[in-house]
Amino acid sequence: MKGVYPILKRELRSYFASPLAYVILVVFQLVSAMFFFLNLKGFLHLQFDPSYQLLREELNLNTVIIIPYFDTMSIVLLFIIPLITMRLLADERKSHTAELLFTSPIKLRSIILGKYLAALILLIIMLCLSSLNIVVLMAHGNPDLGVVLSSYLGLLLLGASFLAIGIFASSLSSSQLVAAVIAFGILLLLWLVGASSDTESSIFGYISLISHFKNFGKGIIELKDLAYYLSVIYIGLFLTHTALDSERWR
Amino acid sequence: MNPSWQKGYSTKSVYLQTPFHQGIGYVNLRINAAMIQVQNVSKHYGELVAVDNISFQLEKGDVLGFLGPNGAGKTTTMRIITGYMPPTKGSVYISDIDVFEDPQAAKSHIGYLPENPPLYEDMVVREYLDFVADIKQVPNREKNGRIHYVMEKCGIVNVGKRIIGHLSKGYKQRVGIAQALINDPEVLVLDEPTSGLDPMQIIEIRELIKGLSGERTVILSTHILPEVTMICSKVVIINKGKIVLEESLERLTNKIDGIENILLKTRYWGEEIQEKIISLPNVSDIRLGLSNELIIEPKKGVDIREDLTDLVMQNGWGLLEMRPVVHNLEEVFLRAISTEGN
Repeated sequence: MKGVYPILKRELRSYFASPLAYVILVVFQLVSAMFFFLNLKGFLHLQFDPSYQLLREELNLNTVIIIPYFDTMSIVLLFIIPLITMRLLADERKSHTAELLFTSPIKLRSIILGKYLAALILLIIMLCLSSLNIVVLMAHGNPDLGVVLSSYLGLLLLGASFLAIGIFASSLSSSQLVAAVIAFGILLLLWLVGASSDTESSIFGYISLISHFKNFGKGIIELKDLAYYLSVIYIGLFLTHTALDSERWR
Repeated sequence: MNPSWQKGYSTKSVYLQTPFHQGIGYVNLRINAAMIQVQNVSKHYGELVAVDNISFQLEKGDVLGFLGPNGAGKTTTMRIITGYMPPTKGSVYISDIDVFEDPQAAKSHIGYLPENPPLYEDMVVREYLDFVADIKQVPNREKNGRIHYVMEKCGIVNVGKRIIGHLSKGYKQRVGIAQALINDPEVLVLDEPTSGLDPMQIIEIRELIKGLSGERTVILSTHILPEVTMICSKVVIINKGKIVLEESLERLTNKIDGIENILLKTRYWGEEIQEKIISLPNVSDIRLGLSNELIIEPKKGVDIREDLTDLVMQNGWGLLEMRPVVHNLEEVFLRAISTEGN
């Protein structure tokens, strides 16, 4: 696994050398803060609603703010991740640096892994920044920390799966735009395919990216969901490797 | 003995056995210490045959000029040698390591400048070289020294802190060469290193390449023919994926000198001139040039200029012009390519 670190370092540097990383971080932060604020406002509204008294048990911080917040975040990620991954490999091809990478004495899998980890670090930074919203909530109330943590784990795994699919899309084209569109298309398909069914009842429910996230939102960490996301990540990276390797043989 | 060894096919791992012992282990028998061996390499892109059964080998210190018209397969061959893409058939050895059996080991001996220098435009020159040194696994304690050395050698010390995207084309090319040199490679593969540069920069880059050869084995593709005579020690011309000429430069220039023709132009013009000239003892052939001049081919190695002047004077034809027609590399190149075409 020699060579992973220099690739990762360069990739991260390149994210932050261009405005891209900052724009993505700011947009994600703004959008998440906005959704958080709307949920919070809805919750405060309920406080003065007389019927709220009857449903006090059900309509707490978790059900009104935390769960919907993480659901929306997962959709926001769906839009943002293709923008993070689009340049990873497409740009190497466009700027002819692929020839440098592929003639260096490092393995193809180290290159892919380095790039993937750099994108993953950006994702983690993004999620950490957005946790400020939750910190504010903690200061003034007591949300269920277990649910928050499992939701973050779910969001991280979901985002990491998106990244793996995104890097695969990026390996297919030398145009960043095409790579982003392909990634977005695949993600949307995998998202919607099981929108109407759950993981148990049908195969579509099982392969859907969204249905596995639901448990995390409820504070349940199940092995099958972990296994699902880890497999998606592995398959994404494996396909990337295959795509790049087979291109050389053509 | 295995007959394939006698063709110069490099080393074999051989298990040495003696009558007295079980064996004393594997040893590498060096039959021929070639630095680069290209053996029967072909590359097909679907129906298109880009490289067709190419073989050549280079010794340590050789500088190979790789010539050919556009689309002849130069870049493809270089990409195969550097391990960027595998050949459809055949194999490549870099200092006896098969590039596709053990790519990591082989690639660490190579420095490669592709046709378009592989530069990250958003990086600072020094940072970029640092990155390349890392992925080429230059040991940390040597890294700074190497970076400093290549920057000095390529004349980019003064732009070390600038963003690559803002550099001029000549400087970008130098950074590209610096990148190829960073791991002190024994084999240097340069794909059109002087293309797109201004005349001054071309001279500088040529000097640089000349200074780099010596210990290194260099493959250099170009379509500027004089460049080859200036830098290279060996020439391979390929056309439509096939080698049409492979010669050391020394022999090539001898060949050229040996068949130096004489151009003759006289005021008087008549059939008998040709007859009289051909009857001179040392003339082997005569043909008509483009505008009423004669191209006279002497017998090998004989200077016939004096005989010719005498003949013209005696007959009073009126000598207007007489000069040797230099057979330059261009002519050899064109001839090599056109004979293949027929």
